[in-house]
Amino acid sequence: MKLDLLSLVIIFPIIGAIPVFFMSPKNKKVLFDYTLLMTLVEFLLSLFLLKGFKFGLYGFQYEHVYKWIPSIGASFHVGIDGMSLILILLTTFLTALGILSSYNYITHKAKEYVIVMLLMETGMIGVFASLDLLLFYLFWELMLIPMYFLIGIWGHERRVYAAFKFVIYTMAGSALLITGILVLYFYNHSVTGVYTFDLLKLYRLNVPYDLAKKLFLAFAIAFAIKVPIFPFHTWLPDAHVEAPTAGSVLLAGVLLKMGIYGFLRFAFPLFPKAAIHYAPLFMALGIVGIIYGAFMSWVQKDLKKLVAYSSVAHLGFIVLGIFTFNMYGTQGAVIQMVNHGLSTGALFFIVGMLYERRHTRLIEEFGGLAKVMPVFSVIFGIVMLSSIGLPGLNGFIGEFLVMLGAFKASKFAAYFAVVGIIFAAVYMLTMFQRVVFLKVKEKNLGLPDISLREFFVLAPILLFIFWIGIYPKPYLKMTEPTSSAVIMQIKSTQNAEKEIKMLTGPVGEEISLKITGRKAR
Amino acid sequence: MEKILVLTLFVPLVGAIINGVFGSPFKKYAHWVAVPAIGISWLGALYLLKFVLAGNTLLVNLWQWIPVKDFNVNFGLYLDPLSTVMIATVTTVSFFIHIYSIGYMHGDPGYRRYFSYLNLFVFSMLLLVLANNYVLLFVGWEAVGLCSYLLIGFWYEKKSASDAGKKAFIVNRIGDAGFILGIFTMFFTVGAVDYRTVFEAAPHLSAAVVGAITFFLFMGAMGKSAQFPLYVWLPDAMEGPTPVSALIHAATMVTAGVYMVARSSALYSAHGSVANLVAGIGAFTAILAASIALVNDDIKRVLAYSTISQLGYMFIGVGIGAYATGIFHLYTHAFFKALLFLTAGSVMHALHGELNMQKMGGLFKKMPHTGITFIIGALALSGIPPFAGFFSKDAILKEALLRGHVTIWWIGTITAFMTAFYMFRLIFMVFFGNPRDKELYEHAHESPAVMTIPLWILAIGAIVVGWVGIGEDASPFFKFLAPSLHYAEHGALIEPTVWQEWLPLAFGILGIILAWSMYMKNLPSPEGMARTFRTFYKLLKGKWYVDEIYDIFIVKPIHFLAVLLFKLVDRILIDGTVNGVAWLNRAVGSILNKIQTGAVKTYMVWIVFAATLILWLQLLK
Repeated sequence: MKLDLLSLVIIFPIIGAIPVFFMSPKNKKVLFDYTLLMTLVEFLLSLFLLKGFKFGLYGFQYEHVYKWIPSIGASFHVGIDGMSLILILLTTFLTALGILSSYNYITHKAKEYVIVMLLMETGMIGVFASLDLLLFYLFWELMLIPMYFLIGIWGHERRVYAAFKFVIYTMAGSALLITGILVLYFYNHSVTGVYTFDLLKLYRLNVPYDLAKKLFLAFAIAFAIKVPIFPFHTWLPDAHVEAPTAGSVLLAGVLLKMGIYGFLRFAFPLFPKAAIHYAPLFMALGIVGIIYGAFMSWVQKDLKKLVAYSSVAHLGFIVLGIFTFNMYGTQGAVIQMVNHGLSTGALFFIVGMLYERRHTRLIEEFGGLAKVMPVFSVIFGIVMLSSIGLPGLNGFIGEFLVMLGAFKASKFAAYFAVVGIIFAAVYMLTMFQRVVFLKVKEKNLGLPDISLREFFVLAPILLFIFWIGIYPKPYLKMTEPTSSAVIMQIKSTQNAEKEIKMLTGPVGEEISLKITGRKAR
Repeated sequence: MEKILVLTLFVPLVGAIINGVFGSPFKKYAHWVAVPAIGISWLGALYLLKFVLAGNTLLVNLWQWIPVKDFNVNFGLYLDPLSTVMIATVTTVSFFIHIYSIGYMHGDPGYRRYFSYLNLFVFSMLLLVLANNYVLLFVGWEAVGLCSYLLIGFWYEKKSASDAGKKAFIVNRIGDAGFILGIFTMFFTVGAVDYRTVFEAAPHLSAAVVGAITFFLFMGAMGKSAQFPLYVWLPDAMEGPTPVSALIHAATMVTAGVYMVARSSALYSAHGSVANLVAGIGAFTAILAASIALVNDDIKRVLAYSTISQLGYMFIGVGIGAYATGIFHLYTHAFFKALLFLTAGSVMHALHGELNMQKMGGLFKKMPHTGITFIIGALALSGIPPFAGFFSKDAILKEALLRGHVTIWWIGTITAFMTAFYMFRLIFMVFFGNPRDKELYEHAHESPAVMTIPLWILAIGAIVVGWVGIGEDASPFFKFLAPSLHYAEHGALIEPTVWQEWLPLAFGILGIILAWSMYMKNLPSPEGMARTFRTFYKLLKGKWYVDEIYDIFIVKPIHFLAVLLFKLVDRILIDGTVNGVAWLNRAVGSILNKIQTGAVKTYMVWIVFAATLILWLQLLK
């Protein structure tokens, strides 16, 4: 069986993990060097995906179907579009940086650590590439387990509580998700007589409104927990605080995006009418997330918790964006997924570097770092500004487009969102002042500035922070077909509804087929 | 010509990057990068001025910036008379501030960082005025906010400084939030955000739409240009190095709002009520800030309040539809305000950073250059002919009268009196009379030439730059600007009477005389005045307690709410529920555990019991 490039990208980390089993756990440096190499190769492979990717095409590329469990209609069906690709690139990019950042941070069980990281990378990429619901579910679960171990083994004081909370929350989501998938699966069989988990086939299904509403909720809550959308967010600060740096980076940078991805790839196209029905609710929750996340960040004493809660606010923007159902909001949300991965990822790296130096994350313990760690402080400053959406840096593009889209969908939503950007400045600048400015505390006097290795962790992120801020066009073009396809799927049902109301009978049926590719009920 | 434009804009950015990224081995020589960078930019601006004076304009699209569906923003630059006046003013003033900074910041450990920020500041402002659309303008708009944050909080170890920087950024962001909404409204009604399309569409828009756009945009201007109620950041901004204050007040920041309104003249003319609001806010701010300056003892804060007040004048100008007068005042003000701040810096330099005027006095003898140039600046600010400020302030007040805004004219005239009074109060307290602090006086000295030469150049500017606008609409300055500005419709013009024409000047002179008599002759004595008008004096001393009111009614309640939500909702409500469910699970589990005894007999009993129950329930149906 000849392996295609995409499948190779998916399974390469696992293959790379196999030799680790035969390596000595004693020599940490070799372990990490090897794993870094593997993740870099993986990043390179994903760049090949980009090289062969055709911009501006609708539909999926690198599509491949391998037999998996034919008896129940499950197959190893993979394929990517612009949104998947950009998220895969983000994943391979952040994983490599995550390994690079872990050299000193991980002090025990290094062997298990790198295995878990590689396993998780496969899980994450698989999620973004699966076009089969069962396969998607498999990868979705696959990456939960390594994350559980990451938090539970390499975490801090309350790691067991945090890991447990993380699992309980996400398991609740998974239970809903698999139930939803199975109900859809059996419904499809009852209509078409075929058992299949193939997403593209299921897309053609026209689920009755009442069932669609229920199924949408099942999917949506599963994804909402992952995003997390208020009020399902309280696992996030705990998980982040306890997780090791690389875990936090991947958690914020990639795992949270899977929820949003789930909405765009599964929940919206499968149940467009239900999505429209629930849009006001989710927009409202998005706004609550923006304001509430900012408030929470403002009162945190722990640096890492502050960053974690800021994720709630940022993801609120993204949720708001995808539920606007217009190009501005959706494109903004998709690019903001990448931006958040970069900015918040970098913030977690930065917090990790501080933790390695001082073994504390309390904001009040720091102060005056600009004096002792000038280079570090400048980078921290740029990342902080990117996080609050300063024009010229990446965050602005996403937030601006999301707010633009929100303004079109509901002025009211946009008013709240702009208040959110004020609060973002309040909590971020307050934190930055207390950590970087003011008088140097005595215990911080001898802190070394950023090391070369640390610089190479942050510098690539900085590059993208500027690039996306100044010239976002390639990124926007990459995801344009995805966004417009999602919107068309939703909008066309809206229009079709209207048409069908006007013309009943076979004519209406034909028109709705033409427009939506679905049969009218 | 495109190349010159791009060069003029980007050279300061290159300077900032060189100093910021690669400059650390050459710390002490940072000015060798920064000053030439601005110098090149200045020459470029002058060259462009010549080009535009010949009647040309220039539009350059550098790259497509944000393309999403029909929302298409270019990184595009637009050079027309208005932006040319702005870049010429900005680069000229900035250049001399840069030179002055070499002396003023000499020996500061952050010398390189300082020049890097300074260059970035100029770049941001140039971007702001050269943008050809509102989104790119907004980039410059926020970028100057960032630079002010960095430079106000330059001495970051001081809490008050980093607080002030933060405050500047956040208050500006409040305005910016409004500005963004203005852009959104514009885009969804006009379908574009570039100047040309928007201005062409402006007359066809409904009053409500134009009202919304202009109001939202003006919110941004209130923040950036320190107008009531968002002016509170500017006095605190004095925490930064003094040349930075000069830069912020004269060239690179606070004028942005005035520029933006003038740039949007087509919009502001299309619908009167917001324009009236602009003028009203301007007038109110002018007198409010001037009243605070009357009693303040901090040499820099007096100047800061005077800036807020003068910006008020500019907004009167652009608000009543006399856009050119607003820009004219912006341009003259840039010279004399930069001069005033730099002279104040020279005084501080001589007195080891002392700011309290109550400790100064008699300094004229010690530092004649600083003294004379300060007086020139003050005369210009007080609107005494033939100094620059006279012509521009007079033009605004005259236009206000002509267009029938009598109340605004009165406010402006009274403010002119107050302005002259507080400026000369400052002069008499600082430069004349007996030294109040012998020790400080003894050590005072004139500043080095690298500082006094820029003072003299700006002083000459403060005298002559107003002359190009004599005769208003017939003058070269106004004629040059005319193509960039939209002329607001107005009713019949009311010709001012002779006394109305000369009253502002008379008030100005009266203010100087009163200051002289109070602070030189003690007639009436300042202390006596303070006692007589005790309540009023206290209110002014407390700056009308605006900061305190904001703190009590806005900042504190929101923070309280945040704490409350965290403790109540996040910790108790949500986590409580989650932990509760977990606890319930465990509880149920442990009960089930007890039932699960493993004894078959017990199971049998349960089965029989259950079967009976089901049967019974069935029968009941």
